Amino acid sequence: MANKESTQQWGSRVGLILAMAGNAVGLGNFLRFPEQAIQNGGGAFIIPYIVCFLVMGIPLLWIEWSMGRFGGKFGHHSTPFILDTMDKKRLWKYFGVFGIFTNLAVAAYYCYIESWTLSYVLHSVLGTFNGMNQIQVAHFFDTYVTIGKSTFGIPYEAVVFYIICIIINTSILAKGLEGVEKVAKIGMPLLLMFGAFLAIRGLTLGTSGATAAHPTASAWAGLNFLWTPQPSSLTNPKVWLAAAGQIFFTLSVGMGTVHCYAAYVKSNDDIALNAVSAGFMNEFVEIVLGSLIVIPIAAGYLGLGWLKQHAGFGIAFQTMPYLFSHWGPFLAAVAGVMWFGLLFFAGITSSLAMGTPWMGFMQDEFNWNRKKGAWSFGAVVLLLGLPTVFFYNLGVFNEYDYWAGTVSLVVFALAESILFAWIFGMDKGWKEINEGGDIKVPDIYKFIIKFITPLLLLFVFIGSLFKPLNNNWTTAFHNLFTGNGWALDNSSIIKQIMQSGLKEKIAAATDPSMIHHLHQVLFYTDAARILLTTVFFGICAMVYVAYRKRVREGRA
Amino acid sequence: MNATALTLMIVVQVSVTGITGYFFWRVLKSPPEPDSYTEDKKEEV
Repeated sequence: MANKESTQQWGSRVGLILAMAGNAVGLGNFLRFPEQAIQNGGGAFIIPYIVCFLVMGIPLLWIEWSMGRFGGKFGHHSTPFILDTMDKKRLWKYFGVFGIFTNLAVAAYYCYIESWTLSYVLHSVLGTFNGMNQIQVAHFFDTYVTIGKSTFGIPYEAVVFYIICIIINTSILAKGLEGVEKVAKIGMPLLLMFGAFLAIRGLTLGTSGATAAHPTASAWAGLNFLWTPQPSSLTNPKVWLAAAGQIFFTLSVGMGTVHCYAAYVKSNDDIALNAVSAGFMNEFVEIVLGSLIVIPIAAGYLGLGWLKQHAGFGIAFQTMPYLFSHWGPFLAAVAGVMWFGLLFFAGITSSLAMGTPWMGFMQDEFNWNRKKGAWSFGAVVLLLGLPTVFFYNLGVFNEYDYWAGTVSLVVFALAESILFAWIFGMDKGWKEINEGGDIKVPDIYKFIIKFITPLLLLFVFIGSLFKPLNNNWTTAFHNLFTGNGWALDNSSIIKQIMQSGLKEKIAAATDPSMIHHLHQVLFYTDAARILLTTVFFGICAMVYVAYRKRVREGRA
Repeated sequence: MNATALTLMIVVQVSVTGITGYFFWRVLKSPPEPDSYTEDKKEEV
C-alpha cells in the first residue's frame, strides 16, 4: 500500500508551473549561459541554442511530464518504479536509480553553493565588500572556502552556513508539496523582480563604467559580442554540442525531478501546456534576464577583453560584489542583496525539487512519512556534501559536479528518451502527452520525439565521450580521415575516467609542494568516485529490496 | 551596439517574452479539472 501522504496534490496550477519553472531556473541561468555564449562565438551560439530548445528541450519536457503523470496513476512518485511501469523488463527500474542518485549527489554540492549566496546576502547587507578592490573581493571568496578561516567571525563559517541551508531545505520539504509550492510562489516573483532591476542596470550602463584602468570598458561591447551573429560558427560541432548541453542543463531534464513533480498531477489534467509554459518561463529568465546582467555589467566596468578571459562561475562571487561597489555603499548593498538573493531563490527552488524523488521513493516503498523522508534526505545530503565542503580545493566538488551533475544526466535522458519513444511506443507516448491537453501538440513533434531527440542526445553523449583534443572537431576529423587517429581531449569522458589531465600535471610538475598537492587531489577525487559509486549501488540495493517487498505483497 | 546585434537581441528577447506571456496567459485562462488542485476545492467549499 502506498503511504497516504504520497497521495498529496498540488495546491494550484500556477503553483505547479512556478514550482516546475523554479526547478529548472537555477544558478546556471545566470552563470553558465553567459559563459557558454562567450566561449562559443557569442551571437552564433543563440541560433543552435534555440534550435536545440525546440527539438530537444521541449520534447524532453513533454517526455518527462508524461512519464511522471503515467507513473503517478500507479502510485509511483520516483523514477525507478515510474520506468518500471513502462516496460516489462526489470532492468529499467535500475536505470531509474539515476533519478534518485543524481538528486542526492547534486543536492550535496548545490546546497553548498546555495549557502554561499545566503552568506553573501548577509555580507552585502553588512557592507563587508565596501572599500575592497577587485583582488580583495576575489581573495575574500578564497578565504571563505578555506574552511577554518572565518570571514564573519564565526568559526567554520562555510560549514555553519551549509548546515543552515540544509536545515532550511529540509524544513520546507517536511511540509510536502505545500511547502515547495509556497516557496515557488514567493521566490519566483522575487527572482524576476531582482533580475529585472539588475538587467535594467546592465542595459543602461553603456560606457559610464570606463575608468583610467579600463578605458575601453563598455556594456555595449559585451552585448555586441553576445548578440552579433557569426555564421561561420554554425558549422562547428563544438558550438552545437555546447548549445545542446546548455539546453539540457538549464531545463533540469534527466534528473528525475520533473517526473516526480508530474507524478502528483491528476491523470486527466493537462501536461502539454504546463510543460511548455514552465519551459518558456525558464528561457525567459535565461535569455532575457540572464544575458543582461553578468555580461554587460562585467564588460561595462572591466572591458570585453577581461570578460572573455575570465568568463565563468567565479565571476558571481569573486567579481560581482566589486562591480556593485561602483554604485556607492547603499546601492551596492541593494544590488548585492538582489544578486545573491536572486541566486539563492534560483538555487533553493531547484534543491527543493531534488529532495522530492528520494522522499517519494521512501514514502511509496517503505511507508515512511513525509517528515522522516525529508529529514533522511537532509541527513544523506549532509553526509555526502561535507566532503565537498571540507575538500573543496582538492577537487571533490568538481568531481561530484562532473559525474552526478553532468554525465549522469545525459545517460539517464538518453535512456528515458529511447524507453519512451521506442519501447513504451510512440503511439502510446503521443496519446499520453496529449491526454487532457489544453493545447494540441503539433504533429511534427511525433517525428522529433521519435528520431531527432534521441539522436541529439546520442550526439551529446558521444561528443562528450570522445571529445577531440582542444575541442577542435575540424582538425580531429581531418586527422581521422588522413589516418592520424583521433586524439582525445583531457576533458572527454574517457580521459576523465583515466584522470589523464591530472596525471599529466603530476608528471610535468617540478615543485615538490605542487607535486604533493596534485597527489592529494588524485587521492581525494578517487575517494569521491568511490563514495558516489557506493551511493549509486546502495540505491540499486534499496530498489531491489523494494521490488522483493512488492513481490511479497503481490504488487509487482 | 551594431545594428545586426541589436536587431537579433530585440527579436529574440521580444519573441521569448511574448511566447512566455502567451503560454502563461493560456494557463490562467484554462479552467482546471474538478478535484485537480486542493486550492480549487477549498474555493468551491
